[in-house]
Amino acid sequence: MRTLEYLRPATPADAVRAVAEHPGARYLGGGTNLVDHLKLGIAAPELLVDVSRLPLDEVETYDDGSGAGLRVGANVRNSDLAAHPLVRSELPLVARALLAGASGQIRNQATTGGNLLQRTRCVYFQDPTTPCNKREPGSGCSAIEGYGRYNAILGASPDCVATHPSDLAVALVALDTTVVVLGADGERRVPLEELHRLPADDPSRDTRLAPEDLVTAVEIPLAGATKLSTYRKVRDRASYAFALVSVAAALHLTEGIVTDVRIAWGGVAHVPWRARRAEAALIGHALTEQAIREAVGDELRHAETSEQNAYKPPMLRRTTAHTLLQLAAQSREESR
Amino acid sequence: MDETIRLTVDGAERTVEVDTRTTLLDALRERLEVTAPKKGCDHGQCGSCTVLLNGRRHLTCLALAVAHDGAEITTADGLAGGGPSADRLHPVQQAFLDHDGYQCGYCTPGQVCSAVGVLDEVKNGHPSHVTADLEGDPDLTDDEIRERMSGNLCRCGAYPGILAAVRQAAGA
Repeated sequence: MRTLEYLRPATPADAVRAVAEHPGARYLGGGTNLVDHLKLGIAAPELLVDVSRLPLDEVETYDDGSGAGLRVGANVRNSDLAAHPLVRSELPLVARALLAGASGQIRNQATTGGNLLQRTRCVYFQDPTTPCNKREPGSGCSAIEGYGRYNAILGASPDCVATHPSDLAVALVALDTTVVVLGADGERRVPLEELHRLPADDPSRDTRLAPEDLVTAVEIPLAGATKLSTYRKVRDRASYAFALVSVAAALHLTEGIVTDVRIAWGGVAHVPWRARRAEAALIGHALTEQAIREAVGDELRHAETSEQNAYKPPMLRRTTAHTLLQLAAQSREESR
Repeated sequence: MDETIRLTVDGAERTVEVDTRTTLLDALRERLEVTAPKKGCDHGQCGSCTVLLNGRRHLTCLALAVAHDGAEITTADGLAGGGPSADRLHPVQQAFLDHDGYQCGYCTPGQVCSAVGVLDEVKNGHPSHVTADLEGDPDLTDDEIRERMSGNLCRCGAYPGILAAVRQAAGA
């Protein structure tokens, strides 16, 4: 590990300035991903700007004119967010996604902002002895011909087949969450759906953020289908593992007809994948297993698989159908 | 680059100069000779380095010491309140003894700290992945214990004893 300078700025603006002025600087939050990367030699910053003690740890409701929502500070710990009464009652898919991720210890450390910005767990990205275009641009992709069980099936490129590892991001992208970013030119709001990017020919960049951009909060609308929602994660073991595939879903039925539906997938792409085409196919129709399978098939029309991840499309069809039908049953139960 | 930090470790105020790259685990073990937290995987996958940091279970291998200046840390050594020579064990420690919740013992200090954290989280009503009702108070069933302790591996496979120990401590 190269020598490291350490700075603990007093304000978010000081933090942004410090990183903007120092090209080799990185933000440090909960550290659960970055500290590991320092040890593995994946990240070698010259300066760490510790933002973990900035006062960005509030969970509060807001109403910005277009509707009510929940604003979550970037430093709110994953465990605290999952346990928050409003998240448990109004945004069950967010609580479920958080609780499906990592371990109890890591959820106590990892932050909301850091969770969204964590990097892929592709085994080659994490092994500096192998070629990886994300870690070392131009070196090649080892995953395409190598261990491919976790590889992406949507939006991948000849340069990168990595998937985004966050569970929380999948739940939040289903809810039209906005990310509040403090940059060199002040504060701006970015739809979470536009925060992450597909790898294309530059897999080294996970997001559209500039290095000095600091995520200070996320804003989750409390409108529409949020309460009848859940998150289902399929893994190789029952706990403490990354997703093979995952489904975040929210549903609103009016007399048996779908009037609002949200579907997002994890484990399928370089981004948390909002399945908008599948959603559109279901709106205005009765929710049947056949309709869901067709909608998912439509969303997956450009899916590309190899022998090792060919299990993903059928697993997504089944998991999405199961999850939505379970919500529909819950809806009938509650309206009785 | 060196920085001087202060930690409260098992009730004692400690001041130590650390290189900024030093993890909290290395600062405790190599600089302060606090060897209860163990280095297993050193990548956040095994849980053997778990301590209570400001009252909550926390990995020390995925934490830089410099970022935790001022923290209050309780290791398995300090749980009973009287240090390693205390004549009375913490109820969780006693439960691990009563139920053979270990074989080689290497993961035990992390298991014990994690279990103390679990009991506190349940007391505060925090749900887990296997909690059916997100809004109710969770019952610490065997499935709940298994899920909540999943961040602590035991390569001897003493899980049945660990499960029984946490069950006993929860009822204590």
